[in-house]
Amino acid sequence: MDEEILTEEALILNDIRSHLTTFEKERGNLIPILQMIQEKHAYIPREAIKLVAEYLEIPVCEVYGVATFYNQFRFHPPGKYPIKVCLGTACHVRSGDIILENFERKLEIKEGETTPDREFSIERVACVGCCALAPVAIVGETVHGHMAPSKVEGLLLRIRIEKEKQEREKLTISGNN
Amino acid sequence: MVRLFIDNKEIEAEAGTPLLQVCLSNDIYVPNLCYLEGTKPQASCRLCFVEIEGEDRPVTSCTVEVRDNMVVKTDTEAVRRLQRTALRFLLSTHHVKCKECPANKKCELQRLAKFLKVGLRPKNLDRHLKETETDKSHPVFNYYPNRCILCGRCIHACKREHGKALLTFAKRGIDTVISFYGEEDMSRLPGEKCIACVEVCPVKAITLK
Repeated sequence: MDEEILTEEALILNDIRSHLTTFEKERGNLIPILQMIQEKHAYIPREAIKLVAEYLEIPVCEVYGVATFYNQFRFHPPGKYPIKVCLGTACHVRSGDIILENFERKLEIKEGETTPDREFSIERVACVGCCALAPVAIVGETVHGHMAPSKVEGLLLRIRIEKEKQEREKLTISGNN
Repeated sequence: MVRLFIDNKEIEAEAGTPLLQVCLSNDIYVPNLCYLEGTKPQASCRLCFVEIEGEDRPVTSCTVEVRDNMVVKTDTEAVRRLQRTALRFLLSTHHVKCKECPANKKCELQRLAKFLKVGLRPKNLDRHLKETETDKSHPVFNYYPNRCILCGRCIHACKREHGKALLTFAKRGIDTVISFYGEEDMSRLPGEKCIACVEVCPVKAITLK
């Protein structure tokens, strides 16, 4: 798994390198470059920050400062099951922040981060348009309404069990072959 | 040379000098934190307010250049109120543990609190502290987010010394911190022994390891 992630990251960096040359070496291109990376790869790898700094010949920390200022840039790859916790007005009133906290605690990551196995990532969003179901969390493509702290663990467990089941099925199929 | 009046005192100064600079070099103390001689004024600490005749509200003296016949008051009630409020906000995000702090008794915040008669633990304001007490990621410096008042003097001092800043503001809003991100590699540092950022910090939020 780790090796897989490493080769994936190397590919991403190579891709970024080849796209950098389409930008002129001007400081004003910093944000467009960061947006290009975010758009193509859904996150900005740490190494990419260095690449951009070298390309534009500005300090690494300057790129970091700009990138961390804007919410549109993420520094962790999205997980296989991205979890979006709604903190819009209705969900906020129904204690969406407690739901967020529960996910953070159970997965041992903070909002905006991804678990080391890249299975889950947590993100906060502002209103997903079903306020009657508040508080709401979206896991992958599925909307979970009326969330409660007690539901958080069950939800994660269900996903993990399903995953194990799939893997076992895969094993039996390949075993039969 | 221009002639102006500050607190009824007649003062001569070089045209184009920031008003704050003129006040300070004539022994008229105007509270200030972010001003750094020789760099572009930031006016980010919101402390160096003065009243100038003809202006309808107090202005930050670091961003005003002296003019002929300017009449300036540094000690009006409106000015002091603004300064006290600004200081209270700064203190509300500051970890007031003076006894354990190396800046104790040399701290600009303590000096200002005394000057403006503001308690170090302002009432009526929530205390917002950051989770990280010490950022040890740099090989030479330690950074203390809860001491830092985000005046930016370290950044501008660094830029003044090296032409580019090797530290930066990172994140934003209440989460803003100073970061050395990516500049930890000693071999890349121009002038290895430069400690300009440590020297200009008014609250010892950056210290040597």
